[in-house]
Amino acid sequence: MSIERQEKRQGAALVAPALLWTLAFFALPFAAMVMMSLAHLEGREIVQGHDLGNYLRIFTDPSLRRGIFVSLEITAVVTVISVLLAWPLAWIIATRVPARWRRMALLLAVLPFWTSYVVRSYSWALVLGEKGVVMNALVGLGLLAEPVQIMATRSATIIGFVHFFVMLLTLTIYSNLIQLSPNYARAAEDLGASKWQVIRLVILPLTLPGVMTGAFLTFVLCIGDYITPQILGGNNELTLPQLIMLQLGRRGDFPMASALSVVLMAMVTLAYAACARWLKMDRV
Amino acid sequence: MALTHSCSRLAIAAGLAASLTSAAQAEDLNALIWCDHADPELLEPFEKAHDVRVNVKEYEGTAAGLTLLEQSRPGDWDVMVIDAVDVGRAVERGLLAPLPADQLNTSSYFPEAVLADHTTVDGTTYAVTEKFGYNTIAYNKAKVDPADMQSLDALWSGKYDGRIAIYDYYLPVLGLVGLEAGIKTADLDAAALETIREPLMKLGAASKQVSDVVGSQTALATGEVDVLIGGGEWLTAVLNAENPDLDWTIPEEGGLLWAQSLAIVEGTEKPELALEFIKYITSPEGQARLATSSCYWGMPANKAAGDVLTDEQKAILRWDDQPDYLARAQLYPVPDADTDAAMQDLWTDMLQN
Repeated sequence: MSIERQEKRQGAALVAPALLWTLAFFALPFAAMVMMSLAHLEGREIVQGHDLGNYLRIFTDPSLRRGIFVSLEITAVVTVISVLLAWPLAWIIATRVPARWRRMALLLAVLPFWTSYVVRSYSWALVLGEKGVVMNALVGLGLLAEPVQIMATRSATIIGFVHFFVMLLTLTIYSNLIQLSPNYARAAEDLGASKWQVIRLVILPLTLPGVMTGAFLTFVLCIGDYITPQILGGNNELTLPQLIMLQLGRRGDFPMASALSVVLMAMVTLAYAACARWLKMDRV
Repeated sequence: MALTHSCSRLAIAAGLAASLTSAAQAEDLNALIWCDHADPELLEPFEKAHDVRVNVKEYEGTAAGLTLLEQSRPGDWDVMVIDAVDVGRAVERGLLAPLPADQLNTSSYFPEAVLADHTTVDGTTYAVTEKFGYNTIAYNKAKVDPADMQSLDALWSGKYDGRIAIYDYYLPVLGLVGLEAGIKTADLDAAALETIREPLMKLGAASKQVSDVVGSQTALATGEVDVLIGGGEWLTAVLNAENPDLDWTIPEEGGLLWAQSLAIVEGTEKPELALEFIKYITSPEGQARLATSSCYWGMPANKAAGDVLTDEQKAILRWDDQPDYLARAQLYPVPDADTDAAMQDLWTDMLQN
C-alpha cells in the first residue's frame, strides 16, 4: 500500500467519528424534522404527507409571520447594541486596564455565564419592575415623576439579552484585540494618525473578524432563545421560539413546530452564509 | 396514511428512560400530571408505603396531554391527571382504562365535584375527580376597590388598564370573556368565538402581561399588576402568608369551575399500582396534601379532607363558601378539535396584537 493511500485511510479514520457524530445527532434528526414539517394534523393525529401547507401558513398567517419579524427585530437590535457596548469594553480591558487587573476584569465579564439563565431572567424581572431597583433609583433621583413600564415589554427582553451577549462579544473581541501587534498602532501614529484615527482606521477594521464572529454567535443564540422573551417580554408579543413552544406544548402540532424550526434554521444558515461571505470564509 | 410518528415516540421514550435511570431499583409509576402532583410532600407517603418511585411529567392543556398519550407506546404512562370535562374526549380515543367504581368511594365528595356525567362514559367510570377550584378574578385588595371586582365589567372599564394580568390558559379566559359577553361556556362554539374576539383583544390591550402560574404569582406578589383574570384561590392561597391582601372573588357574571380528575392510562402494565395511587390521592390524607400542594392550592373533591386540613388552611380555601361558589360557577368549555384549534388561533392573535 502506498504511503499516500495509507495517509488517506488514516485521515478518514480520524475524521470518521466526528462525521458519524454529526450524522447521528444533526443530519438525521434534521432530516426527521424536515419530514415532520411536511406532515399535518388531522384532529389530533399526525398525517404524513409531502405538502408545503405548514410553510404556506407560516408566511400567510399574520400571527406566525409577525413572530418571524419580531424575532428578527429583537435579534438585530440586541446584536447592534451588544457590539456597540462590547467593543469599547473589550478595548478598554485590552489596552487601558493594567495587566494585574485584567484577569479580574475578564473574570467579571465571565461571571454572568455562571448564573442560571432562568434565574438571571427572573432577577431582571425584579430589577426592571415598577418596584424594582431601576425605577426606585430613577424616581428617587427625581429623573422620573413616576415609574414607567419596562418589565413585560420588548425593552425588558432586549435588556436581558444585551446583559448576556455583551459579555460574550467582549470576550471574542478581546481575544482578537490582544492578538494585534502594537506595531500597527505605532506605525500609524508615526505616519501622523491621531489616536482616534488609529482606532477608527487601523484597530477597528482589524478586529472586525472577532466582531463578526461574536455578532454571529449573538444572532444564533438570541434568535433561538425562548426563556428571556417568555419571562421578560410578558407574552405581549411572541418570538419564533415562543411560537414553536406554543405548537409543541399546547397544540401538540409537531408538524407546524417542525416547519417553524426549519424556518429558524434557514434564518441562522442565511446569517452564517452572509457572515462567511463577508469574512471570505477563511477568517471565520 | 396515519402516522404515529416514530421520532416523537423515540424522543418521549428517551426522555422517559433518562428520567427513570436513577430509579432502577424501585418499581416505577409513570404519571402524566399537572404541577401540583410533583410536590414531594404529596408523593412521598405513597412512595414509602408501596416502595415505589413516582416519575412525573408535567403537561399543560388537554390537547397537549392527549397528543403525548397518542404518541407514546402502551405502558409508557400509568396514570394521568386530566380536566374532568375532558375525560370523554380521552375515552373516545381509547386512551383511558375503566376504573373499578366499587373500589372508589365518592360518597363523601362535594356532590357538585363528582361530575359523574363527565367521568363516566356509557355507565363505565374512567376517572375520579380529585381537586377543584375556580378561574375567576384574583386581585390585590389594597390596590383596587373590592366592589369593582364584583363584576367583570371593571376589567373593560378602563379604570384598571395596565394593571391587569391575564392567566395564560386560553380555555378559562375565553370562558370568562364569554361570560362577560353573556355567553355560557357550554355555548362557546366557533360562531361565539367571533363575538368575543373584540372584547378579548380589548382585554389584551388593557393588560400588562399574559403569564403562566409562576409569572402571574410573581406579578401579583411584586405589585407589577393588581388584578389577574383567570386567577383564583389556586394562585393567591400560596401567597397568603406573605401578603394577606391578595384576594379573589367570583363576580356576578360567574366564574369557571375547574375540576381535575385522575385516570388510569389504557395499556398500563401496572393497573393495580395505578389504582392504589388513585386510592391514595382520593383518600383524606392524599386530598389534604394535594389541596395544599406547593405549586397551587385547590379544594379537595373529598370533603373528608376537611378532617385533616387545619382551620387556617380551610379558611384560606374558603371551605364554608363552597356551596354558594359552586352554584354560581360554570364548567370549562369542551371544544371539539376544530373549535379547540380556532380557540388557540384566537388566543395566539391576542398575544401577537
